[in-house]
Amino acid sequence: MDSSGPVPPVVTGSRLIYFSSASENTSRFVSKLGREVARIPLLAKEAPLLATRPFVLVVPTYGGTGGEGSVPKQVIRFLNNPQNRELLRGVIGAGNTNFGDNYCMAGDIIAAKCGVPHLYRFELMGTPEDVARVNNGLDTFWTRLSQTQK
Amino acid sequence: MTEKVKLLSHVEAINWNRIQDDKDVDVWNRLVNNFWLPEKVPLSNDVQSWNTLTPAEQQLTMRVFTGLTLLDTIQGTVGAVSLIPDALTPHEEAVYTNIAFMESVHAKSYSSIFSTLASTKEIDEAFRWSTENENLQKKAQIVMDYYQGDDPLKRKVASTLLESFLFYSGFYLPMYWSSRAKLTNTADLIRLIIRDEAVHGYYIGYKFQKGLERVSEEKRQEIKDYTFELLFELYENEVQYTHDLYDGVGLAEDVKKFLHYNANKALMNLGYEAMFPASVTDVNPAILSALSPNADENHDFFSGSGSSYVIGKAVNTEDEDWDF
Repeated sequence: MDSSGPVPPVVTGSRLIYFSSASENTSRFVSKLGREVARIPLLAKEAPLLATRPFVLVVPTYGGTGGEGSVPKQVIRFLNNPQNRELLRGVIGAGNTNFGDNYCMAGDIIAAKCGVPHLYRFELMGTPEDVARVNNGLDTFWTRLSQTQK
Repeated sequence: MTEKVKLLSHVEAINWNRIQDDKDVDVWNRLVNNFWLPEKVPLSNDVQSWNTLTPAEQQLTMRVFTGLTLLDTIQGTVGAVSLIPDALTPHEEAVYTNIAFMESVHAKSYSSIFSTLASTKEIDEAFRWSTENENLQKKAQIVMDYYQGDDPLKRKVASTLLESFLFYSGFYLPMYWSSRAKLTNTADLIRLIIRDEAVHGYYIGYKFQKGLERVSEEKRQEIKDYTFELLFELYENEVQYTHDLYDGVGLAEDVKKFLHYNANKALMNLGYEAMFPASVTDVNPAILSALSPNADENHDFFSGSGSSYVIGKAVNTEDEDWDF
């Protein structure tokens, strides 16, 4: 590919945006929800994602020591864009309880930094119960949100 | 043993500036950042607490830890090493050497706990028990057999099940003591092991899935059937082992829920769906919160009252703002 200037963004109106590494765990979870979704690109050379409607973000945490490096750099790049940050309404964390205090820490950090609720946590690719709870939760969340703001 | 150890037949100088799979670098860095040694944990602060346990509870704890020592020894000396010849990239080989060494650190850390808390006689007695307990020996033998077999994918399945499932009948107990404010420093050390095993299981499971991509659909089905058969075989043995250990203190049923919960996670590390339904994976909340303080569902907005729909003001962010 010719690298003449920045790659124009891919625009999405999805209400659910997610990041997943090559392990595809979060990707598998999200596909089980059966909702329209958009994926934050894995590689820096890919076109960045630009949200145009309010959305919920699904973000995994790969364990760690303290919080450093908890939020994947691809997600940081995505949220550094003011338009994306402004449209963020909530975050869902993926992780592994084996990581103790750091379980779903990326979700905690984003929730605190962007002032949105950490809606739900699940492990690895999620169980059928996680899928049902998230689908119900998202339905309720968007309904209530539409009643309290436009 | 007379059979020859399988070694790589050809090695090139490893170049970390040319990476085929970013996951190798990510996991290597994660493992290095997570590095620890038992000498850093103030285990001697648990001596007083240890003395509040009954002799039966002390004996149970010693036995659980010798069982864990055996698994870590297998994984350090045979398991992780057996994966090296099948590695898809040179960096994957290097990650396995890291995993192997860390398993040896884990195995040694139980001896640190023993020497801090117990007498030589008690330690020797517990190790003797571990060599005589049929179910413990059987689980070691099942896994060892697959490590010596000739199917690389099956070796990875056995390894992931060991890392992500077989340890947990043992890990339950220090979490239980921790939830009762006992042996809390020992529990801190065990949490470091639990964290490492999660990265190991995740990585070996990931490499297993990479390997699956390269074989026929028929072979994939064979491996899937094999995985569930092996899990059942190990599970049945694990239930017996759990009864051997925990019947005396009445905790066997509680431990089994923890086994189911972790069996599901082991399957997910391999890319398969969870098998045990929620009705049998409802781990005691005290155990779950000893494992991870924010794991209980009250921390989740969906599960809570949902009363505060306050949307905060979005602040400006830069790359360096995201390190906490």
